[in-house]
This record gives sequence, structure tokens and C-alpha cells, in this order.
Amino acid sequence: MREMTFTDAAREGLAEEMALNPMIFVVGEGIGPRGGNFNTTVGLYELYGEMRLRDTPISERGFTGLCTGAAVLGAHPVIDFMFLDFELDGLGELINQTSRIHWMSSGRLKVPIVLRGGVGVASTGPHHSSNLFSVFMHIPGLRVVTPVFPADAKGLLKTALRSDDPVMFLEHKKLMKIKGDVPEGEYFTPFGKANIVRPGTDVTVVAISFMVIKSLEAAGVLEKEGISVEVIDPRTLSPLDIDTILESISRTHRLLVVDEDYSPCGAGAEIAAQVMERGFYELDAPVRRVNGAFSPAPYSPPLEAAVVPNEITIAQALRDLLVE
Amino acid sequence: MSQNQVAEQTLSNEQLLSLLRVMLKIRYSEEQLVKCYARGEIPGGMHTYIGEEAVATGVCAHLSNSDAVFSTHRGHGHALAKGMLPERLIAEVLGKVTGCCGGRGGSMHLFEPEVGFYGTSGIVGPSILLATGAAYKFKLEGSNHVGVAFFGDGASNNGAFHEGLNMATAWQLPVIFVCENNMYATEVAFAYASKSTSVASRAPGYNLPGVEVEGNDILAVYQAAGEAVQRARTGNGPTLIEAHTYRTRAHAEGMRDAGYRTQEEVDSWKARDPIKLFRSLIIENRKVPLGEIEALEAEMLKIAEEAARFARQSPMPDPATVTDHVFCQP
Repeated sequence: MREMTFTDAAREGLAEEMALNPMIFVVGEGIGPRGGNFNTTVGLYELYGEMRLRDTPISERGFTGLCTGAAVLGAHPVIDFMFLDFELDGLGELINQTSRIHWMSSGRLKVPIVLRGGVGVASTGPHHSSNLFSVFMHIPGLRVVTPVFPADAKGLLKTALRSDDPVMFLEHKKLMKIKGDVPEGEYFTPFGKANIVRPGTDVTVVAISFMVIKSLEAAGVLEKEGISVEVIDPRTLSPLDIDTILESISRTHRLLVVDEDYSPCGAGAEIAAQVMERGFYELDAPVRRVNGAFSPAPYSPPLEAAVVPNEITIAQALRDLLVE
Repeated sequence: MSQNQVAEQTLSNEQLLSLLRVMLKIRYSEEQLVKCYARGEIPGGMHTYIGEEAVATGVCAHLSNSDAVFSTHRGHGHALAKGMLPERLIAEVLGKVTGCCGGRGGSMHLFEPEVGFYGTSGIVGPSILLATGAAYKFKLEGSNHVGVAFFGDGASNNGAFHEGLNMATAWQLPVIFVCENNMYATEVAFAYASKSTSVASRAPGYNLPGVEVEGNDILAVYQAAGEAVQRARTGNGPTLIEAHTYRTRAHAEGMRDAGYRTQEEVDSWKARDPIKLFRSLIIENRKVPLGEIEALEAEMLKIAEEAARFARQSPMPDPATVTDHVFCQP
């Protein structure tokens, strides 16, 4: 085991796969010699040159379509959007073409492509803070990956780079510099396999992306109050490992979903509905959600603090749920 | 010497007849589809290519199955010119399991990768970007294959045109942009939608060659496309071809075709029908016997009729298969 940051681990995974597969290329603004705004490609341009590390004009729609065409012909592009909000300019290409060509072609064409970028509220204001988890979960054909820990950042990115499906690889900006243990040697973190990051017996928390960290902090607070919280990181939202969540609820009988993204039609709404459909009789209380405020992300610190869940609001939601 | 004269002098009679064969395949197949539509056999919408056959035919004559073509909502002609069998097209438009996509797409969503036809789109513009991406892949692997984007004058006013042409030129990608300027984006005239005098006139702004051709003259298209394909294959980057042409039927079958163009205009273009023009040319200039042309016409008509019969007799798809192929991996 080594200790690495989330970004360094992900970059190691990208470098390993690029060394093995000459059809992987990366596009984005500043991902060439500069190595990416978030250091996602540092050192790779020197190894692989401009055809495989292509600095682009600010043409998000354009290179979403371009990479889709290249993927259809057998390349494995990685689009590095820097901030994932920028992908919204390419959403038409992503939904109408990238996500549908495999289906439209009756399975004859594949669109292996990784679309990565920073998500989440991080003093970044209304145009650089989107999460968009449920927007992508809603689209047939897209895989949605939300790594939290450095080991998973690497293992999930490597799986994404071996997947034949288009993968949204959503990297919360507040996770990028967090360090964690990363195994030596080659490994892959599978899609559709949730991780119980903290076992517990009284209540289950399913937390998404950076909210895993905040939920673990809340669980630590509640431990001192004699409450045992199980924290699950789904790791991928599509496919969603509902079985692990249901199994946990069969032991704890209570579920809180914590998601920085918006509540209406959000990932938590989907998880709650699936639990209702398949695990209703295991529940001792209604499924509860803690979400970011239904508002664009603000800039000023006190406004921002009012928008995002934190360990205090999560802990309180858990206390409330336990007395229901 | 004009472009069409150059092509005429370099092509054998056999090659000329093969161009006619493709144009007839497209025309007769679509005439079968028009009949199917009139009989109520087509569940959705359908945009015909009738009147524009010379463009797809002249361009695709230069391509192999390893070259990648991307097309539009008006894509029957491109699919057939690239090598899709008429029965695969007609069955798809009829929603049958024997269609090129098993009835998943219909008229606007045609895929036949086995012949290098990577698809049509119900959205205007993406073909430009997808073909540019195919070209990127060809350059990455070091092959001499090319990407081809067909699109209309409508797409030339879409952001995909700007972003695609700019990236393709900046990176010198092997792609040919074929704008079929049929003067109307659905029913909005290009002259109304833009102050540009033409689509090709925008090319210098991107610093790529822009070529205007008479799109109903198959030999002019053939010549211009040949030069563009050669340029792309030899590493000299993209070309924009603007082919002036005209759809002589309504934007889509069943739509009211009035209020935006005159009957005189339609008639003037019908008089310049690409198949009629080419037929006369090869009879007069090349002394191809009329009997030989009539035999070809009869053969192609029979192929189209049999394709329609096959499609009409084909079964519908199994509803249980609808969620197949949403993902490659479970």
C-alpha cells in the first residue's frame, strides 16, 4: 500500500491504461503540456504526444461529438471537461448520440468513452459547482461513476477505460487532494458494487461522492452517542448496487440518503423508490434524505454553507430518523 | 475544362453506368417508400432524397467500406450509395425486424457499419462532429481512411458546423464535409437565415478549401469529391464541398409543401433532375445505347420492387427485445 491523493491515483490508472491501449486519447482544455487544470494528465504529454493528449478549443459540444465519432470507430477517448458544468454545452451530443448509438445500431457499434470532470460545491459558484448525478443516471446507456477514495479513483477509472459503454466519471473537487491508501500492482474496481465503508447496526447511510466523507464524520460523532451508523458508498450510480443497500437495511431497518445534489428527482429519490419497492417491509421508518438546497450554488462562504449538507446536519438527520 | 468534363473524360462507360446504377437504386427505392407511405405502411415520418441523388452517389463512389460516412435525417440516399441493401433500408423504414437496425430507428436512424455507414441522425449537425471524430481515429492509427459528413444548409447555421470545421482544420484531419444546399432548412430559406452568400464562402474563415459544385451534375460532384478524398487520404486535411441541389418533394412525406417556395422553382429543378441530366449526357456524349440504359433501369426497378416486397412481408420485431443493447456490459 502507498498513500496517494485521489488525483494522483486516478492519473496512475490513466497512465497504466494508456500504456496498454494505443487507442486511448485524452482531449480537453489545458490537458496537454500543462497537464490539466486539476493535474489529471501531468507527465503524460511527454510520453504520448499531441495525438493522444489533445489540447482543444473551447468547443465542448464539438469534442463531445468528435470523441463519440472516434469511439464508434474503435478509439477509446477520454474527455477531460475540467469542470463538468462545461459538458452541458455538449449534452445534446451526449444524450442523442453518445448514449444511444450502441442501442440504435442494434448493438453493432460501441461507444467506449470516458467523460470526466470536477463536480461539487467548492467555493466555485453557480457555473462551476454542478453535480448532475441524476441527470446522467436518467439516461439509458450512460454509466455514472462517483469515486470517493483514491484507491477507487484509480480502480474505477481503469474499469471505465476497459468498459465498452460511455462512462461519466464525476470527481468531486473537494476529494481531489485527499490522500488514501492505494494498492500496489494492477487492480480494477468493478462497477455496480457498493462499498460498505463503515459497518454499523442502527441505521444505514447511503452517501454519494464527497458526502461519504461528511457522513463518516457524522457517524464518528454519533458513535460517541452510542449510535452505530453503517455508511455505504455506492461507487457507481449506474449501475446501482441496490442489493447491498437492501441487505444493509435488512439489518438496520432505517435508511438516510445523503447527496449534495438536488433533492427533486435526485439519486436519493431513486434509491428511496427502489427501497420502497423491494424493501418496504424491512423499514421501521420512512426513508429520509439530506440534500443540497434546491438552488444554484452560491459563491459567498455563508451562502455556500447554507446550501451544502455537512457533518452536523447529517448527524441531526440521523438522530431524527432514529426516533421515528 | 469544367469539373464535369474532367470526370467524363476519365471515366469508362462501365464506370458511368455504375454511377447511374446507384442513382437509380436510390430513386427507385425511395419511390417504393413513397408508395408504402401512401398506403399507410410507414409508422413514422420520412424525408426523401428524391432530386439529390447525384451528391451521395458522386461522393460515395470514392469510398471503401473502411471509410466512415455519417449522415442526416434525409439519409436514405447516403445509406444506399454507401452500400446498404435496399431491402435493409425499406424494412427499417417500415419498422420491420429485417431492417438495418431491426426497426429501432426508422427513416432517420440508419446504421450499417459493415459497409462503413456509421449512421444517420434525427438531430441536425452531429454528422459533422462524428465524421471529424472518425477522422481523428484514422489519423491516430495512421491509416489513410477518411470520414465523410453529409449535412444540409440548415446544419451550416448550427454550432456543430463551426466547431467541427474549426477542429478538423486546426488538426488537419482526413474528413470531407459535404453540404447539400437544397436551399431550405425544413422550410426556412438559407437566404433568409444567413447573410452568407454561400456555405462554401465561409471556408476561408477556417482556412480550409471550400468548393461549390452543381449538385445535380453527378460528374461535377464526382470530380470535386475525388479531389477532396485524395487530399484527405494524403494527409492534406479537410475540404468543404457545397453541392447545390434541391429536394423536389416536401420536407417530409405528408407535409404541406407550400407557402415557402413556388411551383415554378420546383418545376425548374425537376427539369434539372440529376438522373435525367446524366442519362441524356451518357447517351449523347458517350453513345451508350438506349437499350442498355433501359435494361439497367428495368433491373434496378425490379430490385427496388423486390426489396419493398421483402420488407412488407417481413415480421415486426419482438417487443421483448426493446431493452437489448442499452448497455454493452450489464
